Amino acid sequence: MRPGRKVLIVGIGNPDRGDDGIGPLVVRQLAGRVPPSIRLIARTGDALALIEDWAGRDAVVLVDAAAPGTTPGRVHRIDLLEEELPTDLSRASTHAFGVADTVGLARTLDLLPASVIVYAVEGVNFEPGAALSPEVAAAAEEVVSRIAAELCHLEHDCA
Amino acid sequence: MASKTIRVDYIARVEGEGALDLHVRDGRVTRAHLKIFEPPRLFEALLRGRDFAEAPDITARICGICPVAYQMSSVHAMENALGVEVGGPLRALRRLLYCGEWIESHTLHAVMLHAPDFLGYPDAIQMAREHGDAVRRALALKKAGNEVLRLLGGREIHPVNVRVGGFYRVPSRREFARLAEELKRGRDLAVATVQWVAKFPFPDFERDYEFVALRHPDEYPFNEGRVVSSRGLDIAAKDYDSEFEERHVAHSTALQSVLKRRGSYLVGPMARYSLNFDRLPADVQALAREAGLGATCRNPFRSIVVRTIEVVYACEEALRIIASFEPPEAAAVALEPRAGVGHGCTEAPRGMLYHRYEIAADGSIRNARIVPPTSQNQLSIEEDLCEAATLALDLPDDALRDRCEEVIRNYDPCISCAAHFLKLAVHRT
Repeated sequence: MRPGRKVLIVGIGNPDRGDDGIGPLVVRQLAGRVPPSIRLIARTGDALALIEDWAGRDAVVLVDAAAPGTTPGRVHRIDLLEEELPTDLSRASTHAFGVADTVGLARTLDLLPASVIVYAVEGVNFEPGAALSPEVAAAAEEVVSRIAAELCHLEHDCA
Repeated sequence: MASKTIRVDYIARVEGEGALDLHVRDGRVTRAHLKIFEPPRLFEALLRGRDFAEAPDITARICGICPVAYQMSSVHAMENALGVEVGGPLRALRRLLYCGEWIESHTLHAVMLHAPDFLGYPDAIQMAREHGDAVRRALALKKAGNEVLRLLGGREIHPVNVRVGGFYRVPSRREFARLAEELKRGRDLAVATVQWVAKFPFPDFERDYEFVALRHPDEYPFNEGRVVSSRGLDIAAKDYDSEFEERHVAHSTALQSVLKRRGSYLVGPMARYSLNFDRLPADVQALAREAGLGATCRNPFRSIVVRTIEVVYACEEALRIIASFEPPEAAAVALEPRAGVGHGCTEAPRGMLYHRYEIAADGSIRNARIVPPTSQNQLSIEEDLCEAATLALDLPDDALRDRCEEVIRNYDPCISCAAHFLKLAVHRT
């Protein structure tokens, strides 16, 4: 197969804070199920480091927990080519510079990869030491399948 | 006069969550309470019973922005308890690691979080539309700092390569040579950043702080020195408790630290700089003068200039350490546990960080005490707020609230360290 676009998948969140752990969990589940050409990383803390992470990548998939919404475990797929990341979905971070800020900054500075897809999963419990809520844990499989299903398109432009 | 309350649910661009209550009477701010309501994190209690060697990794978790500071104060305190001094190349490498943290932490705050205050933008994203070069510089500079942590710390956030006695692995000369290239570029970016912030408009505001910082005979302080102040304090870290005390205040879950005899004091970049200007290399002193700073800085709004000066220093110091690097015989010195008490003070980006440990003969921790910089600065922040808000009382409430947030951001407070969101209520009666 011809070399494809360089794809990065980032699971964002802290596994020790309940539903915030959904991003890293999805990345763990994707390991072994995606071609070795796809780079998988988990990130906690400093979102600004994402700009370094995706430098030189053509396509990026970000998986993150979203602040409490109406339906725990509901999965939102946001294509950043078509829309902005709503800041109220990503305010679960208490860090000074969050994911939405970082995406906004990268867009302004023209440092955003050509394709950025965000999977945001609505969480309900972000308590330190808490386990994933059952609804959010159940959503992991859905996110894994949906990412796996669109990888071929992201990497090789196949339909 | 009718009373009035203004509320802000979230103060942006600080690390953590807190609130502010302003009480105004007869045209004066009579009380400013910085309310830190994060739940206590109980690190000191969970250290009890753990092995002395675990302290650097456990305490690093207190903060994702300044983990090196926690690692450094804890290793120094433990070595002090064990009667060991770590010198030579290992000591130099500890300074190098600290340089990385200062570069990263100061650049994040100065450019991404603090600069928008002076240029009239709500955040760095809006600022980046017209100041893209400055923001790109900051990202590259921060990356240089990250590289130091990645190489010497093992990873950028919560480094894992630090241990009591030294390191687990010491990088090779070749690895350091690559890092030096990045730091040389970083030094130039840092100078350009100083020149950029020096042109900001600064309010005419000064306070007569008692500055407290470490002071070393030869060096600008990171890991070592006596605890000195601008009003004559000059003690060893072991005497910290005889001069300082922590107090409970009802409005904060963080303890407030005071000088027993005199009350509030200031730690951090302005204190460090003002007490150690003569320890900066001549070229950095000259750059500071060109940027409009004297040998002392008492204007908290100018702390942004001091931070950027410290970033230049950290790049230069890192390059100096790498240039004179000689591989140590071992990555760490051997240690034998013994019963004892140890103290460690080092200079976190936000100011002096004190650790004290009592360990048992088997090396288990009996007691731990940690005094982070933001706890030490809380009272000073409240006093700045009283004065700055009194001067700004004629402003509409929105503008007054903005000014208060700016006063707080001068400190780069790490509320997470001290005990997270800042809510502001103004009570006018």
